[in-house]
Amino acid sequence: MRFMMLMIPKGYETAAPGTMPDAKAVEAMMEYNKELQKAGILVALDGLHPPSMGARVTFASGKPKVTDGPFTEAREVLGGYWMIKVKSKQEAIDWAKRCPAGPNEIIEIRQVQEMDDFPEDVQKAAAGFGELQNAKR
Amino acid sequence: MSQAETNRAIEAVWRIEQAKLIAGLMRLTRDVGLAEELAQDALVAALERWPKDGLPERPGAWLMATARHRAVDRIRKQSLHQRKQDAIAYDIVTENGDGDIDARLDDDIGDDLLNLIFIACHPILSTEARLALTLRLLGGLTTQEIARAFLTPEPTIAQRIVRAKRTLAQARIPFEVPRGVERAERIASVLQVLYLIFNEGYAATSGHDWMRPQLCDEAIRLARILAVLVPEDPEVHGLLALMEIQASRFAARTAADGTPILLLDQNRARWDRLLIRRGLAALARAEALNRRPGPYVLQAAIAACHARANTADATDWTIIAKLYGLLAELTPSPVIELNRAVAVSFADSPAAGLAIIDRIADEPQLGSYHLLPSVRGDLLAKLGRHDEARLEFARAASLATNNRERDLLLARSTGGN
Repeated sequence: MRFMMLMIPKGYETAAPGTMPDAKAVEAMMEYNKELQKAGILVALDGLHPPSMGARVTFASGKPKVTDGPFTEAREVLGGYWMIKVKSKQEAIDWAKRCPAGPNEIIEIRQVQEMDDFPEDVQKAAAGFGELQNAKR
Repeated sequence: MSQAETNRAIEAVWRIEQAKLIAGLMRLTRDVGLAEELAQDALVAALERWPKDGLPERPGAWLMATARHRAVDRIRKQSLHQRKQDAIAYDIVTENGDGDIDARLDDDIGDDLLNLIFIACHPILSTEARLALTLRLLGGLTTQEIARAFLTPEPTIAQRIVRAKRTLAQARIPFEVPRGVERAERIASVLQVLYLIFNEGYAATSGHDWMRPQLCDEAIRLARILAVLVPEDPEVHGLLALMEIQASRFAARTAADGTPILLLDQNRARWDRLLIRRGLAALARAEALNRRPGPYVLQAAIAACHARANTADATDWTIIAKLYGLLAELTPSPVIELNRAVAVSFADSPAAGLAIIDRIADEPQLGSYHLLPSVRGDLLAKLGRHDEARLEFARAASLATNNRERDLLLARSTGGN
């Protein structure tokens, strides 16, 4: 099973462009990342720049509308993620518990959808889509 | 926390800590069987205590401390007259005495873990025993799970593990990570075990058993660990790259009804891009070490050629043919020659491929290998020699063990091409 551990740092929603974590926090997080790697479960990881450097595209009116960050209404935003491959949700929770996170941080654990999770009709639709993509190349 | 929740939590902790725990205990006791027993004892203690007291803050350290106390108890109770064991008991007591179990546990346990991997894959053991012991000690699989995965009766596996532990104890294997030439040999043995585990899971011979993908997952996980512990060995990265890329094709390699789909016919949109990226990165790490490529690096390089091609037509067969040539020099085998023949038939011409096949057609090793006549039939058909091609397909059908494959070959043996 693949899980995303989504890091949600409170306060990041209003962080100024170019905000970076301090070296000490990064150091501790790198130790943790290495632990994940040494356990052979780390699949991918990335950190994200603050929303003030991003944009949102919304479709409320039926047409795409672009809003530059920061997003005043956002209460929780992503700071980064890890993707891990483990045997159970509980194991993912256990790894999240070991994270040297601060009191303002939340880790949300979400399972990654795999093709096998979908009902057959969705799988078929997805497979057909793939063939179209291949034909185009 | 409910009982069920606690049990799930313990199970997860166990999965994370088990190998490290056994590895640490093995260094203290110098006996892999005893180390595993002590680890199990600690698990039993956790199952008793944690539901009442709640999970400790550092579950791994708790398990280690508990197992250590049991080790001391046991050794004291047992023959105190044996000097060797006295010495071990002394070691444990003094190490325990420094009181900083947490720090020790967090200390680089890399060497202990690597040692455990080396022991489980020790060349003194039969290949079967190595597979079982590795899955048991490092993968944390139960005897029952291993038995299911290998389609072998449970008592057979249990006995295999008991015997392996006895063999290791009797041989008095030194518990140090080997250096130099021996290290290279031991790494080769580990790589072989991991690849066998992976292939056991990857072979589509026995349907949808849920244990089999787990074998692939476990082999990849252990290879990832090994790549951290032995970063200087290109073959470790090569094997990891090979497995990641092969695993990327999981979803694409069978049709909905279970029919196997050959590499060139697979829908590449279903290949897992993330795993391909990881595989290519591992291959790059191997190549950056700038050594003469070994068999795993070469196989990974071949897999990477396929992975990089967006369509089957875009495959760089010239490079693949060359890589198979290098592989055949290193590890000559008619199966590799057969693969080289396919590559050459695309890179050069069907006739050139056929010439290679005709040189290996009498190899006894390929006598019952249905892919030989199947590939030969393919090339003959491309050359317009349809009567001969049909004969080859009929022969291939008679050798195929998979029903669906046999049907496909039979159709070609009677059909127009």
